[in-house]
Amino acid sequence: MSAPYLEVQGLKAAYGDIQVLHGIDFSVAEGQIAVILGANGAGKTTTLRALCAMVSTEGSIKLAGDELAGQRTADIVRRGVAHVPQGRGTFPELSVEENLMAGAFVRSDPEVRADADRWYETFPVLGERRGQTAGSLSGGEQQMLAIARALMLRPSLLLLDEPSLGLAPMITRSLFEQLTAINADAGTTMLVVEQNASLALGVADVAYVLEAGEVALSGPADELAADDNVRRAYLGY
Amino acid sequence: MGVLASVLGVFDITLDKLSDGELWLAQFFRGLSDGATYASVALALVMIYKSTGFINFAQGSLALLGVYLAYIFSVEQGLPVAVAVVCAMVASSAVAMLVERVFIRPFPPDHVLPLVIVTLGLLLIIDSAVGIVWGFRTRSLPSMFPSGAPIEWGIAQLTWRTIGNLGTVFAVVGLLYLLLSRTKVGLAFRAVSSNLESARLVGIRVGPTLGFGWALAAAIGTLGGALVVPDLLLEPSIMLRVLIFSLAAAALGGLDSMVGAVIGGLVVGLARNLLVTFLDLSELALATAVAVILVVLLVRPTGLFGSTRVERV
Repeated sequence: MSAPYLEVQGLKAAYGDIQVLHGIDFSVAEGQIAVILGANGAGKTTTLRALCAMVSTEGSIKLAGDELAGQRTADIVRRGVAHVPQGRGTFPELSVEENLMAGAFVRSDPEVRADADRWYETFPVLGERRGQTAGSLSGGEQQMLAIARALMLRPSLLLLDEPSLGLAPMITRSLFEQLTAINADAGTTMLVVEQNASLALGVADVAYVLEAGEVALSGPADELAADDNVRRAYLGY
Repeated sequence: MGVLASVLGVFDITLDKLSDGELWLAQFFRGLSDGATYASVALALVMIYKSTGFINFAQGSLALLGVYLAYIFSVEQGLPVAVAVVCAMVASSAVAMLVERVFIRPFPPDHVLPLVIVTLGLLLIIDSAVGIVWGFRTRSLPSMFPSGAPIEWGIAQLTWRTIGNLGTVFAVVGLLYLLLSRTKVGLAFRAVSSNLESARLVGIRVGPTLGFGWALAAAIGTLGGALVVPDLLLEPSIMLRVLIFSLAAAALGGLDSMVGAVIGGLVVGLARNLLVTFLDLSELALATAVAVILVVLLVRPTGLFGSTRVERV
């Protein structure tokens, strides 16, 4: 098996004096979807933020063999890492169109326009509202916009922090369908933090369970979905 | 009875003035001219407020420095005034970028209070430094615009300077609008002001973007100073007065609205000139500015054109 696309070793992160991640290891192969599960406060969001240098970290983060630890967020983004943060991933005062253009900020190739049109096709409601400010969209529309904004980077690694948060179950389901389609189509490697464990395990290739800042369980998503402990703790049956 | 008589006497004078159409028009023109200068400094305040969420109290001081540089370039070095002002705008931008890099950037951009205190400190330091370097004697900086008035009705004159001040401020707003809405650096600037975290996550380098905002604001402030100073005299505390009127203008217009800053500036300029003339309030001119700030904060804290941050969730 070739080296994983994203390989994290001994990752620690802290907010001031409060240590949140106590040295976690995980990896994602190219083109896979990995999901991180865990209770509130387990360190899931911090893990994603650590990958983008949005929090101070120790340890090694290798993307296609290159060390990301120690680099600045702006440079990590230029390596093709897009991050959809929890809740508010859009620019509320900017129009939908400007949000997409901001997503392509580091690109200067001529295909930016075509990409924007492509995501308007994928998410037609965004196309209808391209002149409206992002802040005037509904929660579900804003989440779609945040994801489309991230895809405008043409990311090689897409980090998604609770994409289903606050969305109706039907919308969540179609969002995940679109994400798997994008994964299959463009081969975008994805790392998803998700509360809706059954849905996430359904689309993921591998899964990691975080408990109190450490990896408690890991393995192929279908095996974890069948694990009794995981079922009791995260799937609720 | 004596008191009553004197009160009536004051009203007599006021009534005399109130029926004087030429005086109204004259003060109207003067108000527009003053208002344009307040508007340009208010625009600089709005630029920084939009991107960082705080009022840069050092804005007037950076403009002061710029105006002194314009004085040096024009009066002492003999450059044409307009050229000297452009050179001073460039120089004050450079100083502002340096100040931002050294004094502002070490502080986290989302904690506003320490930054406000730093800008207050910068105000005191820059104003004093200007006093130490150039002394406290008054100087006069010539206007960029020709003297004289193309249109006159008796004492009411629409001077070239008034026309120039107004034209300058509208040109600045137009150029700023184009810069912010049509260019990549403008997009970065607006993205940073809208959502700092997401701006980082799309690869925008936040520090240099804010530094650019400081440079631009200093250039606009210097231009505003170069408009206002020819009406007064140049001395180290001059921009403090202008800063207060411009703060009132920005508050009235709604702190985060550029159009609001211009309209706020014109309204404050008009109000000031009319109040001073018709109510004999020259001692209280500054107080009227503070009164405007208070009334706006009490009645309509978002100003006339400010955005209330309403978001659907």
